[in-house]
Amino acid sequence: MGKYILKRVAVSVLTLFVLITVVFALVRLMPGDPFSGEKMTPEIRANLEAYYGLDKPLLEQYITYVKNLLRGDFGYSMKYLNRTVNDIIASSFPYSIDLGMRALALSISMGLVFGILSARYRGKKLDFICIVIAILGTSIPDFIMGALLQYFFGIQWGLFPVAQYQGIQYTILPSIALGFYTLAMVSRLMRASMLEVVTQDYIKTAKSDGISNVRIVWKHQIRNAIMPVVTVLGPVVATTLTGTFVIESIFAIPGMGKFYVESVQKLDYSLVLGMTVFYGGFLILANLIVDILYGVIDPRIRLAGK
Amino acid sequence: MEQTKQTAFEIPEVPPGGFEHVGKNLKGMDAITRPNLSYWQDAWRRIRKNRVAFFSLMLVTLYALLAIFAPIFSSYGYADVDSQHMSELFSASHWLGTDSLGRDLWVRVWRGGRVSLSIGFLSALLNAILGALVGGLCGYYGGKLDAIVMRIIDVLYGIPNLIVTILVMVVLGPGIFSLVIALIVVGWIGTARFVRGEVLRLREQDFVAAAKMLGVSDFVIIVKHIIPNIIGLIITNLTMAVPNAIFREAFLSYIGLGIAPPECSWGILAKEGVPLLRIYPHQLFVPAFFICTTMLALNLLGDGLRDALDPKLRGTE
Repeated sequence: MGKYILKRVAVSVLTLFVLITVVFALVRLMPGDPFSGEKMTPEIRANLEAYYGLDKPLLEQYITYVKNLLRGDFGYSMKYLNRTVNDIIASSFPYSIDLGMRALALSISMGLVFGILSARYRGKKLDFICIVIAILGTSIPDFIMGALLQYFFGIQWGLFPVAQYQGIQYTILPSIALGFYTLAMVSRLMRASMLEVVTQDYIKTAKSDGISNVRIVWKHQIRNAIMPVVTVLGPVVATTLTGTFVIESIFAIPGMGKFYVESVQKLDYSLVLGMTVFYGGFLILANLIVDILYGVIDPRIRLAGK
Repeated sequence: MEQTKQTAFEIPEVPPGGFEHVGKNLKGMDAITRPNLSYWQDAWRRIRKNRVAFFSLMLVTLYALLAIFAPIFSSYGYADVDSQHMSELFSASHWLGTDSLGRDLWVRVWRGGRVSLSIGFLSALLNAILGALVGGLCGYYGGKLDAIVMRIIDVLYGIPNLIVTILVMVVLGPGIFSLVIALIVVGWIGTARFVRGEVLRLREQDFVAAAKMLGVSDFVIIVKHIIPNIIGLIITNLTMAVPNAIFREAFLSYIGLGIAPPECSWGILAKEGVPLLRIYPHQLFVPAFFICTTMLALNLLGDGLRDALDPKLRGTE
């Protein structure tokens, strides 16, 4: 177990390092630069470049950047005057993570419930309903889902606020829009996995031992069937959290998405770099936690090497 | 007691000539009664039997044909602005209405479909080829090559896809080919991982061992034994990857990085429709309908193909 965790941590650190390097290179490869404009004279440009350190050799810039990163300093934004990247992230990330977590909690819990019910009542009406929801969920892109929810529940029927993010009732539509795809995926996966577990010999053994039905479902079927779902949680967290970008723009939520897209379009080097590294690092961390969690619940990994 | 036993074994009277010895019909026993189906014929037969999958296949084909021909045969151009007919609803002259600049939505939907579907199919196909090559080589030959490539894949897999796609798009600029490239840069990894796993499993199976024992070359083993066993999975995976690519295109176009106007795609149409949702909902609903039905059909087709192309299910009903 210790060796397993150590290996995952090493891969994650390496991944983060590769990410920083690749993003640093890609940002400099973008066509154009942050300072072009009508009133730009060569003198001002030279001053600006000196101020942000862009006149130094690329390798030196890179080393300085990594050094600053290690101290947790993402640098100054080039477009938002007098704002540090840390400052922008600190003000916008809480909205994104709040929305993302709500969507994840909703989609994973409901997805598991749907998947389990669907498998338990295979071929019945309930199963059919769950399958239809799952297929719809994987066929509707989240921004369309968001717009549709907004149109019907917000504008037409007036059940929920149309936009912004000021209280619990504001969070419901965006969370559903963001989580629907994941919900569908989790429920499909859980259903398939449950149906496979049900045919296994250890279920037969448990039944012939006279173990109660409830106990078999909880202790033997769900416990085993949930493993494949846990393996996809890493990518699922990543998709959901990056999906917040679009949902934020539809529901006018002041999260990271708006800043990210703007910084990319305006070639704000330090902001693109900082946000990508922060976001990427966060997702890599999420992946690492999922991997370790997987090790903890899978006895084949937990007990290996003991 | 004795008597009943005797009656049970009593042989009934048979009149002479009541039975005739016909001998064995040797030819009839060996005759092939059903036509011999190849793998693909069998798969095609099973897809046709699966009504949902077959309907999906027809729908996708219909959309593809419309995407090719509808813009050619329409009297409107996809970028023709008409200030007299802005944001109109469905009518005889504009079948799906017009957008806020008076452009005909029927033409725009199919022009956009052309872009979205080509991006979807092209990137999925290239991903499958590249992924299968890398995964197949690593899985089959193993050793150092495999160890190195797998470490690289481990690291790449950890980097969030979307972030890399966004950055590559920014570097390459908007356009169909940049999109395809951006989708390939991250897309092949998934295919490579699963193909490697499958090849690794197949390599250890007895029929491969037998072929090796008989001195069959690696090339023939790969072509004759490995590929037929994984081609179904690869095709299924490819079908599922198309809606993903279309989805990504729509997402990137939505945040302004995918396709640049006046060129249009389904993502662009949806992006243009969202701000007008309150006043002219049809401008979002129309492209949304085509995006969703395409994704739905491709997902269902993928499900059907998974069963139809599984060699283990051949001959079963």
